[in-house]
Amino acid sequence: MDKSLIEIWVYLATQPLLWLCITLLAYLCGHWAFRRSGQHPLCNPVLIAIALIGGLLGLTATPYARYFAGAQFVHFLLGPATVALAIPLFRHWAEVRRLWLPLLAGLLAGSSTAALSAMGIAMLAGASRSTVLSLAPKSVTTPVAMGIAEKIGGLPSLTAVLVILTGIVGAVAGPTLLRWMRIDEQEVQGFAIGVAAHGIGTARAFQIGGLCGAFAGLAIGLNALLTAVLVPLLVRLAGI
Amino acid sequence: MIAALATLLLFQLIGEALAQLSGLPIPGPVIGMLLLALLLGLRRHVPSTLGQVADTLLSHLSLLFVPAGVGVIQYLGRFADEWPAIVAALLLSTLLSIAMTALAMRAVLHYLKRRDGSNVRG
Repeated sequence: MDKSLIEIWVYLATQPLLWLCITLLAYLCGHWAFRRSGQHPLCNPVLIAIALIGGLLGLTATPYARYFAGAQFVHFLLGPATVALAIPLFRHWAEVRRLWLPLLAGLLAGSSTAALSAMGIAMLAGASRSTVLSLAPKSVTTPVAMGIAEKIGGLPSLTAVLVILTGIVGAVAGPTLLRWMRIDEQEVQGFAIGVAAHGIGTARAFQIGGLCGAFAGLAIGLNALLTAVLVPLLVRLAGI
Repeated sequence: MIAALATLLLFQLIGEALAQLSGLPIPGPVIGMLLLALLLGLRRHVPSTLGQVADTLLSHLSLLFVPAGVGVIQYLGRFADEWPAIVAALLLSTLLSIAMTALAMRAVLHYLKRRDGSNVRG
């Protein structure tokens, strides 16, 4: 009995289906915990799902590449989901046009702060050069951030992880910070969370409201554009 | 629904092609997003199924980040060595960036409000 169970496991563990199912189940667990806790920020569904799956991979000694062979079907949807941000953007186009100047100011301030402070703090705290460079594009959406990291000499796959962790920090702490700062316009809340915490922050912003989410989604694209130009320049100027 | 999915994928494809052709450091899906927004703006209308598919995808956006996030297990050694620097950089820099974005936007909003207010009075 035990032996056949192990054989079934050995078979399934090499199939994409198993890790695809586990990804969805772990996320459902995370989502359930998030709702049960009354949407407590620390019960972030992504954080819970990553911890559950990471633990399982560690226990079963499964390499990440094998996990990703199954999970890539979920990962792939990031592309069409990014394109889909055009729809909320269109729905709120009147507000975007009205607020273009504050948006531009927020983008410049937030984007440069994200890159400079991440590199500066990491350097002061004694991080290695490759970690510092991998941190620079951390507020940008994953595929762009990986491209920037590669260009400046960071590690793209480490950047992907740092981007996700940044998103979780922004999603967890962003709304609380903004409430504490008494920022109550949804446009400002959404854009600030989107600039600093890309798609994961945007997912959180959509929970605050449709307008908040639309501005966060807009910020993902704009910050990707600006950071892709800004970070390689900053790295060269700073001579890191 | 298939037409809506095809629309999203087609715009991603066009975006990827343009990104490759232009050599710009902008990711394909972001170009696709801008082009689709432009088209919707010209047509002044979102087809209802496209709206539904987009809302479904976006309502579970955070799920899509799980596979890349699990990649953290490849870097446990680095995190063990450099965690104080990484934690400090991620926490402080992300909060600073949110605060600076919000403050800059609010400053400009206040400036615009004051300027428009004085225009009205003048």
